[in-house]
Amino acid sequence: MVEYQTHAYDVLVIGAGGSGLSAAIKASADGARVGVITKSLLGKAHTVMAEGGVAAALANVDDRDNWRVHFSDTMRGGQYLNNWRMAELHAKEAPDRVRELEAWGAVFDRTPEGRILQRNFGGHRYPRLAHVGDRTGLEIIRTLQDHGIHQGMEVHMETTVLTLLLDGGRVAGAFGYDRERGRFLLFPAKAVVLSTGGIGRAFRVTSNSWEYTGDGHSLAYHAGAALLDMEFVQFHPTGMIWPPSVQGILVTEGIRGDGGVLRNREGRRFMFDDIPENYRSQTADDPEEGWRYTQGDKNARRPPELLTRDHVARCIVREIKAGRGSPHGGVFLDIAWIKEKVPNAEEYIKRKLPTMYQQFKQLADIDITKEPMEIGPTTHYVMGGVKVDAETQMSTVPGLFAAGECAAGLHGANRLGGNSLSDLLVFGRRAGLYAACFAKEHGDVRSDSGQVERAAREALMPFDRQQSGAENPYQIQHELQSMMQDEVGIVRNDQEMRKALEGIGKLRERAAKVGVYGNREFNNGWHTALDLQNLLTVSEAVARAALERKESRGAHFREDFPEKDPEAAKFNIVIRQGSDGEMQLERVPITEMPAELKQVIEEMK
Amino acid sequence: MASAMFRIWRGDPNGGKFQDYNTEVSEGMVVLDAVLKVQAEQAGDLAVRWNCKCGKCGSCSAEINGKPKLMCMTRLNSLPMEEPVTVEPMRTFPLIKDLVTDVAWNYRVKKTIKKFAPRKGDFADGSWKMGQKDVNRIQEFRKCIECYLCQDVCHVLRDHRKFDEFAGPRFFVHTAALELHPLDTQSRSEDLKDKHNVGYCNITKCCTNVCPEEIHITDNAIIPLKERVVDQYYDPLKMIVRKIFGT
Repeated sequence: MVEYQTHAYDVLVIGAGGSGLSAAIKASADGARVGVITKSLLGKAHTVMAEGGVAAALANVDDRDNWRVHFSDTMRGGQYLNNWRMAELHAKEAPDRVRELEAWGAVFDRTPEGRILQRNFGGHRYPRLAHVGDRTGLEIIRTLQDHGIHQGMEVHMETTVLTLLLDGGRVAGAFGYDRERGRFLLFPAKAVVLSTGGIGRAFRVTSNSWEYTGDGHSLAYHAGAALLDMEFVQFHPTGMIWPPSVQGILVTEGIRGDGGVLRNREGRRFMFDDIPENYRSQTADDPEEGWRYTQGDKNARRPPELLTRDHVARCIVREIKAGRGSPHGGVFLDIAWIKEKVPNAEEYIKRKLPTMYQQFKQLADIDITKEPMEIGPTTHYVMGGVKVDAETQMSTVPGLFAAGECAAGLHGANRLGGNSLSDLLVFGRRAGLYAACFAKEHGDVRSDSGQVERAAREALMPFDRQQSGAENPYQIQHELQSMMQDEVGIVRNDQEMRKALEGIGKLRERAAKVGVYGNREFNNGWHTALDLQNLLTVSEAVARAALERKESRGAHFREDFPEKDPEAAKFNIVIRQGSDGEMQLERVPITEMPAELKQVIEEMK
Repeated sequence: MASAMFRIWRGDPNGGKFQDYNTEVSEGMVVLDAVLKVQAEQAGDLAVRWNCKCGKCGSCSAEINGKPKLMCMTRLNSLPMEEPVTVEPMRTFPLIKDLVTDVAWNYRVKKTIKKFAPRKGDFADGSWKMGQKDVNRIQEFRKCIECYLCQDVCHVLRDHRKFDEFAGPRFFVHTAALELHPLDTQSRSEDLKDKHNVGYCNITKCCTNVCPEEIHITDNAIIPLKERVVDQYYDPLKMIVRKIFGT
């Protein structure tokens, strides 16, 4: 008989980044008894690392901006695979959510008129990102945290969920353990919100922390929910590449928004060499026009460095492959050059990009006010996730909601920078709202003790394999990351992905033999062993969906199918667990956009 | 590839000791890289907290060669590598295991600080007018990543163990960010005086010296808060007025 503590809630929120806290705040405000589970300490979630800003058509800097422009920018960036209703809700509600943050104490940078300042970012037609220097994520998570702790929610820090509980067809809570002591915890709940973030730890080069092991994706999948768009993994164009120990750490797009340019080893601004047709009319003709755009000239068009992330990342890879890369296998990102244009450039850079200045100075001995940075693509974000209803964020399992990065739909084939922070505010709140409604309208749940016993027994199995010959969980994770990076990474083909699927199968067999030593108290080896199951599930989902999409679109690039296929623009790929336990893929047709939204897109062309 | 010795604290609330680990090191490595390498290859159950690996989240606080630092921002080439690098947990907080301490007290203190309460909005949409120069001052405080290194090094907590009476530098920075927020209408002076005892701080600036965000904790946050308390409660003129009018 397994021992555990029980904490029952109306709404259980799993994950305490921006979307989880937004959901918890809203559900609490609506009267629900809310529990929040966080894998780390409160306030350390991935949101804290967001740098550039939160996209919202406040029109404080350029009064031509409005929800219609934001909507069409998001759809164009996502190559029209987005859930158009989510894109519409997002564009309409983001400004209110940003103002709400201000009402809760957030202090954004200001315009001369005393309003919230907005900056340029890739794929956004007008300056749209409310920001605080380059530490916007910290400002947002701290604001939500400091507001949230007074709302009555109970927070379970450093707690990991092993499985979602089901009662009939409906979600009934979760079962997990606290990392500190390794004790089991049962959380019966009438509604559950998944807000666990992404899957970046499935890859070797990533801007994501150890937490990002696809827990929400995997929990939902094993509870019978559908996953959507898993082939779309965003490789952010600018990650640090040197020295080796910092590889993957994010370099904000804000550098390019503030005038930074990309150059190859010959000093050429290679982004001018390839401008996609659907962005040509919005892109500067020459460097001079591009510079004027970054300085707020409303008659200028954006420089090609501010094209969407998928495209910029591919251009960088092209330069590196052609032998025109930087000494350590990247390209150069240069902001120091603006001293030709700005009188006290050094001060300007330090004020606009203080974190980046420190990060390069301390970790790479580079002074970004004086010399260019070496950068290359890094795994950053997954557009795919739990398939949800646009209005309510409920998954295909009743009572199970998802928001933020672990949900899918808003971003389609590629996410615009700044649309993640707004996503988690808008849809985090919606998930909290509708989860609280669901809890009110539905009765109590019963926990399945058989399921609890099984989950506990499986979780403890690695301790029974302390003998020599047991597999090392860190080693398996490392091998999976290298394989996914090399075979399901930024450039994909059929042969490599089939090899990867075979490799995942073998790693799964080895993961079943993983052993850990020591006891249950704060045992990182044990935690890594348990997270492996989630990583393997999401890796398989990414590889299978990527094999199925036989075209190149957005973040998904197939060298064996390098063009867009108009037929493939008509469906999303949905993944479910079949009755035989295997992964089932389905092409689900995209529903037609209503005439008024079509018209908005037409007007913005 | 060169190798180096890391002397890492292993233990739990019942006791512990330093244990030496030899591991390979390479160019650009930080202390956290070495600790994670030891964990992956030699000590799978070594307990360590980390997240962002770039000084943004404040999870990997530790004492490196006796100095409170973030492991992720401490380059090996800034340390004398001919000697073993000692890595131990923050000593002010109760140990959970190895490098992980129980910092829950900090979360409880924060809850005792009155929350932000804004005045009425200025614009039609309910939002406010604030200039950049109005917010520069508190933006410094809001850079705090809650690594709790300032709490770790503060004598009032570390040596005098005044956890029940004293909020510590982190929460004076937090209070200052609220008190100096141009929109806030709340007063926290009484709490500062009676509950959080800002008066216990004798401005040795140890907190300022270890802040990885380079926040001027003592000069910009604690001293102005002390002045507020003095102005409100210990101003001789006001004291006379209070005596006479009994308010």
